[in-house]
Amino acid sequence: MITYIFKRILYMIPTLVLTSILVFTLIELPPGDYFESYVNELRAAGETVDPKLIEYLRNEYGFDKPIWERYFQWATGMLVGDFGYSFEYELPVSDVIGDRLFFTIIVTFFTIIFTWLIAFPIGIYSATHQYSWGDYGLTFLGLLGLAIPNFLLALILMFLANEFFGTSVGGLIDPEYIDQPLSWGKFVSVLEHLWIPVIVIGTSGTAAMIRRVRANLLDELRKPYVTTARAKGMPEFRGLMKYPFRMSLNFFIADIGGILPTVISGAEIVAIVLSLETTGPILIQALQSHDMYLAGSFLMLLGFLTVIGVLISDIALAILDPRIRLQGGVSR
Amino acid sequence: MSNSHYVNDKPFDPKSVEVLTPEQEAIYLAPQRQLIWWKFKRHKLAVASGIFLAIMYLMTIFAEFIAPYSVDAKNTDYVLAQPHDVHFFHEGEFIGPFVYDYDKSLDLENMVRVYTPNKDKIIKLEFFCSGHPYKFWGLIEADNHLMCADIDQPVFLLGSDTLGHDMLSRIVYGARISLTIGLVGVTISFALGIIIGGLAGYYGGWVDLVAQRLIEVVQSLPTLPLWLTLVAIMPANWSQITVYFAITIILGLVDWTGLARAVRSKLFSLREEDYVLAARLMGASTKRIIGLHLIPGFMSHLIASATITIPTMILGETALSFLGLGLRAPAVSWGILLENARDINVVALTPWLIYPVIPVILIVLAFNFFGDGLRDAADPYG
Repeated sequence: MITYIFKRILYMIPTLVLTSILVFTLIELPPGDYFESYVNELRAAGETVDPKLIEYLRNEYGFDKPIWERYFQWATGMLVGDFGYSFEYELPVSDVIGDRLFFTIIVTFFTIIFTWLIAFPIGIYSATHQYSWGDYGLTFLGLLGLAIPNFLLALILMFLANEFFGTSVGGLIDPEYIDQPLSWGKFVSVLEHLWIPVIVIGTSGTAAMIRRVRANLLDELRKPYVTTARAKGMPEFRGLMKYPFRMSLNFFIADIGGILPTVISGAEIVAIVLSLETTGPILIQALQSHDMYLAGSFLMLLGFLTVIGVLISDIALAILDPRIRLQGGVSR
Repeated sequence: MSNSHYVNDKPFDPKSVEVLTPEQEAIYLAPQRQLIWWKFKRHKLAVASGIFLAIMYLMTIFAEFIAPYSVDAKNTDYVLAQPHDVHFFHEGEFIGPFVYDYDKSLDLENMVRVYTPNKDKIIKLEFFCSGHPYKFWGLIEADNHLMCADIDQPVFLLGSDTLGHDMLSRIVYGARISLTIGLVGVTISFALGIIIGGLAGYYGGWVDLVAQRLIEVVQSLPTLPLWLTLVAIMPANWSQITVYFAITIILGLVDWTGLARAVRSKLFSLREEDYVLAARLMGASTKRIIGLHLIPGFMSHLIASATITIPTMILGETALSFLGLGLRAPAVSWGILLENARDINVVALTPWLIYPVIPVILIVLAFNFFGDGLRDAADPYG
């Protein structure tokens, strides 16, 4: 088991290195840099800019060095927790995104739980009542959630919440808690505001999840051992839960890594519509103003989160399923 | 000793045991394409979705004819007018489809224009008539419309937007970008998926290892932030057409991993089949085996799974345009139209501005059902 985990962690290294190279190339691709857009902005405002100052800043931040040297600096910096410097905020990147990343993780976590709570019962029902009206109806509902663009559902829910509950839903916490240290009150306030983004992001993921629960469970239910159990008089519910359900759980855990990017994607766009203090809005802003270290470190962290998610799901799978553990192979 | 076996002298007829009726023979001898079609036909919802999609794509071809107004026709006197109701009877008398003209007034308290139907002014709806002149595909001059109405006395069946454009016409024109962007994007991701997945399956070894890591990396980055980054690096001075193709490439670049993975694993499993061994023993080259024997074997599967990714791309374009990234006005797509609906007040005061979402939902549903049907039919022997 230990060797398996060790191997899996070793596998992560090339993936992360490749990811960092990809991300760095992406943020280096746009012509110009932050200082150029900064100068343009100042000029547009009618101010004069001393070219020496710009030259100094470029020097200071190492923009005169060759690209591979900057990549190396950035990548090795991240290893020790230094994510670079945000020009726009004039703060280290980790200070800008720390809180926001935390909120993103919270939203993501609850969304996944929500997706499971919805998709599981529906998937089981659909599989045991294949081709019934209930099956069609529920599957259709799930598909509808997939088809309605996230941002629009967010808008409509925001409107309804305003209309019927009178809560302002912009943001993730009440204004009074902003910049306050973590406390119980803050936590509760976050929970109060959390349900809209969670529902909105969750609905788009449930359809796919329902489909997969249903397909996997159906595969299991067709196997002879289920018939045997039934013939021997095992109660229907127990016969469902004891083996077929547990078998279909496997894919489910394997899926954790797969749904993370989707959920984070959904979270980003919903965050922009609802003006949540998660990572979405800041990323767009950073991209638009060439605040490259902020944008790059962001993408990198999101990628890192996913890789960790995959790792956790693989380890959980290995614990649950001895076949995978003994093979020592990578699941999925 | 003589042979005690019974020997029948009659000529051997292999079909004597089981005589096939002409219908059965048709089934057994049907080519794969025919079988797929038969199986697909049984999935009623998928067929209906296919027909719906065909109609929608026909609409993108004849948008100029179907839309009552040309794409930039506007009447600034009728800004944010609510949809006209279509009536058939006026004071108990049947006069065919018509709408009541609006009386305009200003609500100074809320600072909005108010449009009230005037029961005396009737605008009859005409069909297949000459109306707003346009250039079909920018080439042929014409003025035929499915339904026409004068822009000076406008008929807004789906209301008008903040500039006095007819929403119905804009939605019809918007389909051109929204519907084609998914197709082009899928073509790109399809090509990438087959090439990279094929290389990995063909060469194996370190090529496979690199390809797999690459797939893992692209999959581990959340789609939307990746799209945003790619869109943000596009120079701002690109023309609409360049941006359009850039976006399709971006959508395709992010999406190919699933297909590549499917191609690779299919190649690996099919390589062990007996017919491949037979082909190899007969001296066929690996290239020929892959191109002629393996890829056609799972092409139908690939097409089916590609169909299912089209809606993701359509939703992706919508989301990007909604955020004001990617394509921008004056281009017209459903996402760009929805950009007007970014404000919560829109939902409350002018709900018709979010109507472009309805075709988005219908198209995504239709593609899902259609893709499901295709996937079931892709393996007609199962």
